[in-house]
Amino acid sequence: MAITVTVGLGSCGIAAGANKTYAKIKALKETDKLDFKLKKTSCVGMCYREPLVEITDETGTYLYGEVDADRAVEVIEKHINQQDPIRDYIVYSDLFDAPENDFIGAQVKIVLRNCGYMDPESIEEYESRDGYKAIKKIAEEKTGRDVVIDTILKSGLRGRGGGGFPTGLKWKFANANKSADKYVICNADEGDPGAFMDRSVLEGDPHSVLEGMIIAAYAIEATGGVIYCRAEYPLAIKRLNIAIKQAHDRGYLGKNIFGIDGFDLDIYIKEGAGAFVCGEETALIASIEGERGMPRKRPPFPAVSGLWKKPTNINNVETFANIPWIIIHGAEAYAKYGTEKSKGTKVFALAGKVRHSGLVEVPMGMTIRDVIFKLGGGIKNNKRFKAVQMGGPSGGCIPEFLSDTIVDYDSVNATGAIMGSGGMVVMDETTCMVDVAKFFLDFTCKESCGKCTFCRMGTKRMLEILDRITNGHGREGDLEKLEELAYQIKDNSLCGLGQTAPNPVLTTIRYFRDEYEAHISHKKCPAKVCRPLLTYKVDEEKCTGCMVCLKNCPVKAITGERKQKHLINQDLCTKCGVCFSKCKFESILLS
Amino acid sequence: MRIARFNTKPPAASGDEQDLSLLDVIIAKHKGKKGNLIPLLQGAQELYGFISKAAFDKLSRETGIPLSDMFGVATFYAQFRLSPVGKNIIKVCHGTACHVQNAVEITESLEEMLKVKDGETTEDRFFTLESVACLGCCSLAPVMMIGDQTYGKLTGNEAVKIVKNIRLAENN
Repeated sequence: MAITVTVGLGSCGIAAGANKTYAKIKALKETDKLDFKLKKTSCVGMCYREPLVEITDETGTYLYGEVDADRAVEVIEKHINQQDPIRDYIVYSDLFDAPENDFIGAQVKIVLRNCGYMDPESIEEYESRDGYKAIKKIAEEKTGRDVVIDTILKSGLRGRGGGGFPTGLKWKFANANKSADKYVICNADEGDPGAFMDRSVLEGDPHSVLEGMIIAAYAIEATGGVIYCRAEYPLAIKRLNIAIKQAHDRGYLGKNIFGIDGFDLDIYIKEGAGAFVCGEETALIASIEGERGMPRKRPPFPAVSGLWKKPTNINNVETFANIPWIIIHGAEAYAKYGTEKSKGTKVFALAGKVRHSGLVEVPMGMTIRDVIFKLGGGIKNNKRFKAVQMGGPSGGCIPEFLSDTIVDYDSVNATGAIMGSGGMVVMDETTCMVDVAKFFLDFTCKESCGKCTFCRMGTKRMLEILDRITNGHGREGDLEKLEELAYQIKDNSLCGLGQTAPNPVLTTIRYFRDEYEAHISHKKCPAKVCRPLLTYKVDEEKCTGCMVCLKNCPVKAITGERKQKHLINQDLCTKCGVCFSKCKFESILLS
Repeated sequence: MRIARFNTKPPAASGDEQDLSLLDVIIAKHKGKKGNLIPLLQGAQELYGFISKAAFDKLSRETGIPLSDMFGVATFYAQFRLSPVGKNIIKVCHGTACHVQNAVEITESLEEMLKVKDGETTEDRFFTLESVACLGCCSLAPVMMIGDQTYGKLTGNEAVKIVKNIRLAENN
């Protein structure tokens, strides 16, 4: 077998400099006339080790991590020219114990089955990995629409966008409404800050999403397909466009596709224009129609009256990517994974204060602790694990003592958070929970479309209260006021944004009430994040008298001579934090 | 965003000589199609970097879409700009992962160095400083993006250094 060198070129890889690595290897190959195949792939999920280069030869697979252009030269020289793999740089291998073998080994890859293992811009490679086999199987065996829907229903697949509605049931409703025109929409408006699962799937395996949409279109007799994708994901849009064109060229899109008489389908991409609320299905439809993306009342549900008032089925990227696998392997094979009410696997984007930030796919039912410590490698800098935020702005913070909660829709909901689309932002002892709650509320407040008064005004009022708490002006009774407002907003908003916007505040009050009280009653921020509540002092042991803080202080609150200890005048200090960030000797103390 | 945008100033006059005839292609492509309003605005913005009053007027006149509808949609979505931007747009990520790893410091350092507030453009129209929701490179947090280059694992000082270097490189 010839040697293959594959460079990971997902967004995260490119951000870490993978393009330069690829260019370097390409140049080496050409100038030295080296004999290996150079390929591109997408994200394998190990974002914390990017850029990644995989070398496969007759002996096995070697995955090199943190390969910048210089290291690439070294790796090619040693491994290819001298057949001497550099063990120190190898992060994963199927031949011996490498540092990240567990990271890959503990995962079950269904959605991410192709991500990082093939060139996303090649339809041939997708087909060589069972691509388009599911829809061909349906066409050859003349599987009825009911049977396809029944398979998805039996698999137990639930909407991976966060709602968790059974996908098969959604299809059944859309199929039941007869109309000459019907639509299938892929929701790729991944807006949760801290979530990037859908982006990775679109960048790494766009054809599986297309195939999932084609199968859905067959099942509900749709005539048109739309992928509503965030404009912030240029690489995903580019690769989707390539995939759509390739599918057209093969006759997988167009008229009478896969030899099924009367099965006509075209899919196009609609770029979002930057509005979080457009992840809500009725707002998304309004946006495709060219309107302001404001949700409307349901019923009628999109399955009855959706895009252009025709029956419409909307699923998320990850949901669609599951479909071909389920059709090929059967509902039972899928339902084998997971818990009683949540079947299959879930992709999570691990980020924040965790060592291994990246993308992981685990079977439902794994504990949150295992995800963070086994796959995530624990907390950065040996800090103490405090909480994990799940579900983005609609979710909540799950504290350390509940980290044995298993990952399934109902268990996560019971904590007050939600499964959401799969963002897991890990927080340690240096994260202030009041600040986190304020951060999410600030986000939902800005993103509220303004239609419902409680969401529009209520989030603003809550934000004002949180603002004053973090500024040291919290009052007795503020927590009760926050809770009262929270429940009113939840009860009186039309769409998911408003109904869930207070969750981050409610969960942090529930689990970290003492931290709120420290802010309000004692005017202290235990995590030392909220600046107005801190006092800045010079550590006399460490101060070298370099005058940097003194020169940078905007209000001239620092006095002292060169090479002598400086002093901060607390009456003048505005607590801006400049001295703290400028000091090179860590001699500004916070208390 | 949406509420703050109700207070948005009216769109800037075209100012610099904008060649409005460039819009003809876009209008021809989308005119009369359903759901065309957002693609029309996106096309105009791609041409000029922002949507000027003159561009609004022309689009409305030639497609028959009322100006009020256009303005309503343009102010709803974060993507649309109603005033000119700098040559380089600095997007500082304020997603959750970046927030808990001190993205605020990056914005503040850049505000101080460029002497602009978040969302503003420097006097020489060289840089526009923006906060964005999530760039999706959470593993590199905190990050910022200038052009199509992403810079990760930043501190305030490093961000300032990068921006200074860009200005230096372009001045030479």
